[in-house]
Amino acid sequence: MNDLLVAEGVSKSFGNFTALNDFSLQIPQQSIFGLLGPNGAGKTTFIRIINQITMPDKGQVLLDGTPLQPEDIQYIGYLPEERGLYKSMKVGEQVLYLAQLKGLSKQEAKKRLQYWFDRLEIGDWWNKKIQELSKGMAQKIQFIVTVLHQPKLLIFDEPFSGFDPVNANLIKDEILQLREEGATILFSTHRMESVEELCDSLALIHKSNKVLDGKVADIKQQFKTNEYQISIQTKDDAAFLQAINEKFTVLPADFHSINQDVRLNVKISETHQPNELLSFLMNYGVVNHFVEVIPSVNDIFIKTVNDHA
Amino acid sequence: MRNLKLIIQREYLARVRNKTFVIMTFLSPIIMVGMIALIAYLSSINNDEKRIVGLHDEANLFEEEFVDTKDITYINYSTYSLEQAIDSVDAKEYYGLLYIPVEEDKTVLSNKIEFFAKDAPSNSFISGVEQKIATKLTNSNLVENGVDLTKLADAKTKVNLQIETFEGEQTSKMANYIKMFFGGAAGYLLMMFIIIYGNMVMRSVIEEKTNRIIEIIISSVKPMQLMLGKILGTSFAGITQFLIWVILGGILLFGLSAVFGLDVQPPEVSQQAVTQAANGEIQKIITDIVNLPLGKLILCFLFYFIGGYFLYSAIYAAIGAAVDNETDTQQFMFPIIIPLMLGIYVGFFSVIENPHGIVSTIFSFIPLTSPVVMLMRIPFGVPWWEILLSMLVLIGTIFLVTLLAAKIYRIGILMYGKKPTYKELYKWLKY
Repeated sequence: MNDLLVAEGVSKSFGNFTALNDFSLQIPQQSIFGLLGPNGAGKTTFIRIINQITMPDKGQVLLDGTPLQPEDIQYIGYLPEERGLYKSMKVGEQVLYLAQLKGLSKQEAKKRLQYWFDRLEIGDWWNKKIQELSKGMAQKIQFIVTVLHQPKLLIFDEPFSGFDPVNANLIKDEILQLREEGATILFSTHRMESVEELCDSLALIHKSNKVLDGKVADIKQQFKTNEYQISIQTKDDAAFLQAINEKFTVLPADFHSINQDVRLNVKISETHQPNELLSFLMNYGVVNHFVEVIPSVNDIFIKTVNDHA
Repeated sequence: MRNLKLIIQREYLARVRNKTFVIMTFLSPIIMVGMIALIAYLSSINNDEKRIVGLHDEANLFEEEFVDTKDITYINYSTYSLEQAIDSVDAKEYYGLLYIPVEEDKTVLSNKIEFFAKDAPSNSFISGVEQKIATKLTNSNLVENGVDLTKLADAKTKVNLQIETFEGEQTSKMANYIKMFFGGAAGYLLMMFIIIYGNMVMRSVIEEKTNRIIEIIISSVKPMQLMLGKILGTSFAGITQFLIWVILGGILLFGLSAVFGLDVQPPEVSQQAVTQAANGEIQKIITDIVNLPLGKLILCFLFYFIGGYFLYSAIYAAIGAAVDNETDTQQFMFPIIIPLMLGIYVGFFSVIENPHGIVSTIFSFIPLTSPVVMLMRIPFGVPWWEILLSMLVLIGTIFLVTLLAAKIYRIGILMYGKKPTYKELYKWLKY
């Protein structure tokens, strides 16, 4: 698969502060890429470098295989975390202006706007001023501004902040739809559940360095602990507990169930197969629950950041 | 280029459609003309006030001097005693009582004349009375010493110096005032323009910051482009407003003087004009105006106006980018206001006194003051090489300052929550 965006050894410092240190990244075409990291890690600096708002001290960023050019801004749509609109300007006029700055002609922008306004059912907002709209409504307008010029690369920085769950879902579906239509999406957020839901790949920045990078599935594979959640109905609980404690590492259960089973988290060593645990359990009774513990992105995030602290 | 046009257009429309802007555009000339009318009206009321003055002149020495005028009526109290006269004048609430005692010796008399009044009389009234008495006493002294007053009057000669340049061009004595007027008006106009519209640029930069729209915009355009667009858009709005002010103010003033028959010019000036007209002075004034280096003046006015405005509004834009809200701008206003004030003061004191003196010359080269000071100097005739040098320095400074301002702007617009210091700004320059 081709990479739409490639960063090669990008470094940037402000005075004595290093914001990004030798940062490299590949974002595959038509994927959703999560850019994660604690506050102040350098995510925004990297995003601003892609948008050519700041210039890197070292390294380069390639879009579609060629180094970024000033004209490339029309292929990029950016929804910053700190975002707003002119308060006293009318919605329609404002979006037209911003779309024209991205290189669309007025007629074309108008046509596409009509489409988006209908799609998000906000047609009657055209002549309203931003100050008359709620925060969530203004966010919708900003979303439209970001996608209107049909960019190849979309950058969303905390896109769901300020949305109620219904509208957040609406925007999430739009983002997925945009990927289907061919866009590549760089997605920066602190909401791990939306990373879990949306991202194909991710990278984790910590203290200006990339500490983790890859497909979400691969990363999870890498972080798996060979831990299984089990629940079992036995005739003699005490005997079972003694036996399992001798054979495997047993941890307290971190899940709930609806019946009165014995619930445990069991860790098997690298050399064991899950089947060995399963057949062991089957000797003692009815297995109601057997699930591999897959590390959540949240766990991975916290573990990685703590490891690098 | 297309984006710059779009930004200018938006900025212009945003300024022009702003309610405060519209109201100020149409209200200011009305207020100004209203003020002029009010002042003219008030001073005419003041002049219309009639004063009644009691006159106690037992010797009837000044009968001829103190006759009724349209402002002052004299009532003769000579037959009363002084106490009675004072009581009566006080009771009738007259302006006051002038008491001239009987005294042979004029030197003694001149120090014994008194004016009684409830409140302190006005200075012009006192000097009027003093002058009348002095003239009368001087004349009678002259007559006593055998001087024929008519001969004395005939002997008086008035000198009217005819001023001519080395090139043989006759000029009026008004020439310097005319030059001062043109230079001063140009310099003052520029200062006002810079302060009003520079502030507007600054506010519009702060607005984009507090709106948080800035990052959306600079992901589409270069910060430098945005800054230029804002400065240009705002200045076009400023020129629009200025033009409306001039036109509207002119119409109103014209209408006012036509309808109310108010003499807008102070009466002394028109009187002077009349006497000068007799001497063909008007003709000379017109020649003077025509002889002003008008082409040079207009050319330089345009250059310094644009250059000066641009220089300052770049600084204004940088300040706007550095702060989060308008209250934080105070500390950075210093480097703007001080040179402007200095320019105006140097202009009004030094240039008018000695247009080519060392102070004026130096300040017309220093780029932050040169637009104002040079504009004031030019009507007095400044050699081309000086103007060119000053212009070159200004252009160089504009480039440098715009570059620095753009750097601060670029960093500043993305900085939130910090109240920057000069040290901080200096650090930004190195990023």
